[in-house]
Amino acid sequence: MPLFTMVKRALANVTGKPATLMYPATPAKQYDVSRGHIVIAIEDCIFCGNCQRHCVSQAIVVDREARTWEIDRLRCIICGVCAEVCPKDCIFIEPDYHPSSVGPVVELVQGPPAPPKVEKKAKTEE
Amino acid sequence: MNEQKHTVIEIAVTDLLKKAEEYHTKGHRLVQIGCTPLGDRYEINYTFTTAWDFESLRITVHDGDEIPSISGTYWGAFIYENEIHDLFGLSVTDMNIDFQGHLIETRVPTPFKNPPKVTIVSKGGDAQ
Amino acid sequence: MSNQIVVPFGPQHPVLPEPIHLDLVLEDERVVEAVPTIGYVHRGLEKLVEKRDFKDYVLIAERICGICSFTHSVTYCNAIEHIMGIEVPPRAQFIRTIWMEYSRMHSHLLWLGLTADAMGFENLFMNAWRLREEILDDMEATTGGRVIQGSSKVGGIRLDIPDEKLGEMVDHLKSIRPLLEESNRIFTHDQTVRHRMRGLGVLSKEEAWDLGAVGPTARGSGCDMDVRSTGYSAYGELGFKPITFPHGDCLDRCLVRSEEVLAAVDLVERAVAKMPDGPIEEKVKGNPDGEYFAFSEQPRGECMHYVKANGKKNIVRHRVRTPTFTNIPPLVKMLAGIELADVPVVVLTIDPCIGCAER
Ligand code: SF4
Ligand code: SF4
Repeated sequence: MPLFTMVKRALANVTGKPATLMYPATPAKQYDVSRGHIVIAIEDCIFCGNCQRHCVSQAIVVDREARTWEIDRLRCIICGVCAEVCPKDCIFIEPDYHPSSVGPVVELVQGPPAPPKVEKKAKTEE
Repeated sequence: MNEQKHTVIEIAVTDLLKKAEEYHTKGHRLVQIGCTPLGDRYEINYTFTTAWDFESLRITVHDGDEIPSISGTYWGAFIYENEIHDLFGLSVTDMNIDFQGHLIETRVPTPFKNPPKVTIVSKGGDAQ
Repeated sequence: MSNQIVVPFGPQHPVLPEPIHLDLVLEDERVVEAVPTIGYVHRGLEKLVEKRDFKDYVLIAERICGICSFTHSVTYCNAIEHIMGIEVPPRAQFIRTIWMEYSRMHSHLLWLGLTADAMGFENLFMNAWRLREEILDDMEATTGGRVIQGSSKVGGIRLDIPDEKLGEMVDHLKSIRPLLEESNRIFTHDQTVRHRMRGLGVLSKEEAWDLGAVGPTARGSGCDMDVRSTGYSAYGELGFKPITFPHGDCLDRCLVRSEEVLAAVDLVERAVAKMPDGPIEEKVKGNPDGEYFAFSEQPRGECMHYVKANGKKNIVRHRVRTPTFTNIPPLVKMLAGIELADVPVVVLTIDPCIGCAER
């Protein structure tokens, strides 16, 4: 009986497909909720710095004056706290992994120039 | 919500060995020994249990005090006592296996007493 | 009188997944004494709690261990929820339980594979890991992470599992159950496995109790000790019986784990059958003030999170007593008197996870 089990298993292994994926040639498995990497829709960002304050690994630096948003990809542990605390919901988690790298990966995203004050006033009046 | 029963009993440092002996004869096992730094003093909790009704003995010590070791009664206590010694720099006397600070060999000695300086990634980052 | 020599074992060793250093005092080929040293991966995560918001810290608590990750975050949440008197909705409790059982399955399958590998039984190793991959797929599809789930939060859970998905998960488990049973059969009956592990590293019931062994290490010695019987999360409603084996040798510790995989499948099926409807989280207001000792059963054994807070955003003290840490004294006892060649297998059977032993 054990021999029979073994032969069955051996045949399945010889004729079946490999159980592994040839990553990165074949993309890794992905699901809708997979946490791959963080992206920002910078147009909506108000540079409040909430994401920076709550980031558990200090991966984000927000500069209000220069209107930049910076993420250190290697510090980021893709926990999703920043996406949760953002008041404008402008941080998203994409399901695909960031490509691997051999050095530091710091991405600086430059926001659009601040809207002129007048325009802002008009908006609040609406 | 499921409460796990836990009684905390505050005792003096001198009573510790006697109490531990009592628990041992009653057939309790040692669950853990944990240290809590509270500014100028340290609380040390010795947790025992037979089934799931946990009991903790709590002693309060200060820097430089000597803590008697219960490893004479509970052989396995050496691991916690060495941990307390290595992380908080408190001295525990008469341990059955004394690692002399070599159980947890951290780069910064006694890291929980003199924490190394935290480098803050530019412009803070800590939750305020 | 024969000469004694000291052989250093680890921290880097082919059989050790994580860095523990053992100084083995040998007399010929026999171990007389073993002296463990840890501290190679001390990260000071317990200290970090003083610098982070207690709600965000859940994600750091989860990263204490790379395998029992989810149970760590749930235990930390339990502690905070008790201090603050938050009533977690039943659906969240049930889903937490499902994820905890999934992480138990994957941890045990990982361990069974590693043990097979330590014995040189490569085929069994790959078989166990292939099964683990099926578990991880379901895990990622529901939480978003393979081993670091990050889906628990203070007051509930971050994301719900829709009912259809729960049905699919049960069907999937049903389909891999025969494979799990087959691998279980191999561990119970195979000559190679029995020959390598029977009668090795014996820990008697009294010793296990006295030295503070927990988890499969204690249950393999016949101690009926499993925190899940206290009924935290949803275990109280699911009905639970600890699995114990009487001999206290390596094989019994191994069998406890392989039986627990099947028990976890049963628990998930029961949890899905009883799954209540309702919200998945409770709003958290204010800051914790007080202290609590939260216990839980991780794949590796009983784990304790002690949280002391004083009404501020940052917690005063978070102490984690992990199962590996308290399993070190029993390990030292087990190692005394065995052959040098058996050391790797015996060290592996306590399922050492040094990352969580040091935090
Ligand atoms: S929390 Fe959102 S709006 Fe605020 S700085 Fe970060 S990305 Fe911008
Ligand atoms: S995902 Fe987490 S670690 Fe990464 S930037 Fe956001 S908060 Fe920081």
